[in-house]
Amino acid sequence: MQSQTEYGYNSKIEGDIVLTTVDAALAWFRANSVWPMPMGLACCAIELMAVGASRFDISRFGSEVMRFSPRQSDCMIVAGTVTYKMAGSLKRIYDQMAEPKWVIAMGACASTGGMYRSYATLQGVDNIVPVDVYVSGCPPRPEAVLDALMKIQEKIKKEPVLHDLVAFKQLAGK
Amino acid sequence: MTALESANQIKARFGDLVSEPAEFRGEITLKIANAEKIFDVCSFAKSIGFDYLVDITSIDNYGEYPRWTVLYHLRAIGNGTDFRLKIDVSEEKSEIPSVLPIWRTANWHEREIYDMMGIRFRGHPDLRRILMWEGYPHHPLRKDFPLAGKPTDLPGVAFTRVTPMEGGPFVTVAGGKDAIDREPRVRTPED
Repeated sequence: MQSQTEYGYNSKIEGDIVLTTVDAALAWFRANSVWPMPMGLACCAIELMAVGASRFDISRFGSEVMRFSPRQSDCMIVAGTVTYKMAGSLKRIYDQMAEPKWVIAMGACASTGGMYRSYATLQGVDNIVPVDVYVSGCPPRPEAVLDALMKIQEKIKKEPVLHDLVAFKQLAGK
Repeated sequence: MTALESANQIKARFGDLVSEPAEFRGEITLKIANAEKIFDVCSFAKSIGFDYLVDITSIDNYGEYPRWTVLYHLRAIGNGTDFRLKIDVSEEKSEIPSVLPIWRTANWHEREIYDMMGIRFRGHPDLRRILMWEGYPHHPLRKDFPLAGKPTDLPGVAFTRVTPMEGGPFVTVAGGKDAIDREPRVRTPED
């Protein structure tokens, strides 16, 4: 006996229409495809690797595509101690990232300089780039990094997308 | 051959230039009277088997004369013995011969001392800073350099600001009976 089951998209069950605004849809796309720029500078970077590996699995949040090119990434995760010598390069990489972009300061060192109160260490990466989420810990647990990522997602979902684009087009047209 | 025998061999070769081998906790140190002769002493040390330059370190005897002490830690891989060579350098001179032709590893050691302490090495082919950036005006490991740093600015390259110490530095004291005792705390030098 032949089966009558349809295995594809079933319009009778799932319907034809999704009601939303374009803005909300675009924000949803953005929030679930945040490609990180892993700025691994110290031991926090090891923990960041754990976030990417199977046990914690950052790909559950659409962020498994660690991009080592600033042109392709959306969210810089500053994982580790930022020295003054590195600060210039970090700022340059941030400037090269395309808008829209976000920054997570992962751990005590990236947030405040941590235990390195010395002549060589930048006392918090927010001195040179705008930080969206700070993660406490030395180093933070992988769950904490995922929590930070979820907070970024919530933030992205609230940000207007189309409204800004229209305003930008109008501005560019003038 | 033990380290002491090697040290005596060097003493026999150079005479008054080299002090009697000083032994402390099983480690031998030779003091070289003239810092300019360090290259010759090192060449001879290598010729009798000390083929590995473990490290070069420097000390700031701030407030005393001569201000700098430079130490060469040598090891003979062949028989596993090691000893130190010690030279004094005055602040006015702040220059000694490079031992890079003898051990190539001296390259980065000497650059680090130049960066952190400001002692120059004559004959070094590439005496640039190794940790701080080119153009940084201070030598941070000197005793008269504050731990919090000094403000500098090199536009487009790097800047530094004075670090807020918040009453620190905070130090742990070893051997505290519980976690409260061992917690890092402000400790003034008088304590």
